[in-house]
Amino acid sequence: MMSMSSQFPILVAIAPLMAAPFCALIRGNTLPWALTTIISAFTFYVSLSLLFAVTAGGPISYELGGWAPPWGIEYVVDPLSGFMLVLISGISTGVLLFARESITKEVPAHQLGLFFAAYLLSLTGMLGICITGDTFNIFVFLEIMSLSSYALIAMGERTDRRALTAAFQYLIIGTVGATFYLIGIGLIYMMTGTLNIADIAMRFPEIEDTRPILAAVGFIVIGIGIKLALFPLHAWLPNSYTYAPNIITAFFAGTATKVSVYLLIRFIFTVFGPNYSFAGLGLMDILMPLAILAFLSMSAVAVYQTNLKRLLAYSSVAQLGYIVLGIALASESGLTASIIHIFNHAIVKTGLFLSVGCMFYVAGSTYLKDLQGIGRRMPVTTFGFVLGGLGLIGVPLTPGFISKWYLVVAVLEKGSYFGYALVAALMMSSLLAVIYIWRVVEVAYFRPAPEGTETQEAPMSLIIPTWIFILGSFYFGIETSFNVGFAKAAAAFLMGGV
Amino acid sequence: MISFGFFNYWIFIILLMIGLYTVMSRSNLVKKMIGLSLFQISVFLFYISMGKVTGGTAPIVVENTADAVTTAYSNPLPHVLILTAIVVGIATTALGLSLVVRIKESFGTIDEEDILEMEDGA
Repeated sequence: MMSMSSQFPILVAIAPLMAAPFCALIRGNTLPWALTTIISAFTFYVSLSLLFAVTAGGPISYELGGWAPPWGIEYVVDPLSGFMLVLISGISTGVLLFARESITKEVPAHQLGLFFAAYLLSLTGMLGICITGDTFNIFVFLEIMSLSSYALIAMGERTDRRALTAAFQYLIIGTVGATFYLIGIGLIYMMTGTLNIADIAMRFPEIEDTRPILAAVGFIVIGIGIKLALFPLHAWLPNSYTYAPNIITAFFAGTATKVSVYLLIRFIFTVFGPNYSFAGLGLMDILMPLAILAFLSMSAVAVYQTNLKRLLAYSSVAQLGYIVLGIALASESGLTASIIHIFNHAIVKTGLFLSVGCMFYVAGSTYLKDLQGIGRRMPVTTFGFVLGGLGLIGVPLTPGFISKWYLVVAVLEKGSYFGYALVAALMMSSLLAVIYIWRVVEVAYFRPAPEGTETQEAPMSLIIPTWIFILGSFYFGIETSFNVGFAKAAAAFLMGGV
Repeated sequence: MISFGFFNYWIFIILLMIGLYTVMSRSNLVKKMIGLSLFQISVFLFYISMGKVTGGTAPIVVENTADAVTTAYSNPLPHVLILTAIVVGIATTALGLSLVVRIKESFGTIDEEDILEMEDGA
């Protein structure tokens, strides 16, 4: 008899998928949320056991329906995908703990079942992208994730009707991106006759000099670049993050773009191979300038924002610049820095967006002008926000410091003046982060609260999950063996090309 | 002379570009959706074309028949894949159009430029 744990790879994706229609049928304020949280916690448990199984016994391959790869669809858990699964399901579970009370202010009660059904579907998509070893399956999961996220973003309509136009804009851009990806894998299928990632990777060297493959790489990198909000393809992100319901912003900031980063890493390092991507094609010459422009220009734009959510959204695009820079360095240390930053930024940014969610719950707005004196009105929440902000800047003892440290070390490996110039650019961007976080601190602590507002904290059910992320970020900034250890293992695995 | 064998692929690229241009150039949201559908559908043509094998027939194995001389079959896999992509395309169009309906209810217009002017005022 087969044990339960041998079915874990499929359970990760199929549990939320199967729960979604049930969730859509349930009515009431609490039940849909409870079902979603239980399912999400279950995927978190399964992801953790998969990650530990991979660490102990090497990559796991699961054949869907017993069809052997490359004909059947194969699910693969390797150090990188296991790490991503834990990150996504963990953040989802943490955000859901926050959701129960906060979402009732933003979504009407009779829509909660549908809302959480869409949430489960987008969780399915993200987990599926990470676990599948089949390129077409990735497209399907990508669209499951995207379609449900358009719907979720549009749910912010009740607070601000611009959520609708933001969702529509994201739908147009996102579909173009996913279709580019589809064309890319079509071209690869024409040349290799296979859709299985491992099989493509094996056949790739024979055909890597042909023109269809060149076109395929172009389509895939740009398609993923759109989903990743790679500068200058990021136009959809600030609007979507600003107008989406708060828990959706917190959830997507930590996971949606990170999943796309995972795809970029997977294609560059596993499918195309670092030799072809960097030595043959020179992808770093395209990615690196874009990454540098991303973190310099977007940090500068963030300084001028008047809406706190939009400020953090631009900062997300900038932080994605750091992650892409790590990939573009084309070295094991760069890739390690990149994976560490995926993890660290996800935790810090989710914590920050949850703090903003608390402020919204009480103040009813995320515009800085409405948040004056919030530091005295909501001391616990605002203090959490400031601690998270320190993590974003990269102050020692925070995870931001750890990832920037690894990034600077990786950059300096390049040697020469180019390396020093890059470090200077990184420092400059961190300085800009100090400025935009300081703007919030100034508004929160040094401006008088408007007349008629009184000291009122958010309920405990919101503050506790927020502080779990804030304190968790400090934990991973001090005791780094989990994030750095697994990131190093994943990078070594990818560069080893096993 | 450009080989006539690439005819389908030329049409695929032309449709793709018409679709993308429509998405970018029109400010009417419904027209944008039409462009987006065209953009996606051109890719279906691309997949279907690549599965075709010259002289190939439908991939049904015929056993023990006298006239089973045909050994070339068209590749069914791209066709199956594109069935999935068609479903995704329908879902996207449906979701996009329902968003347009909500935008019309909320803003009173489906012209992007009018909406942008409103947002600046708001």
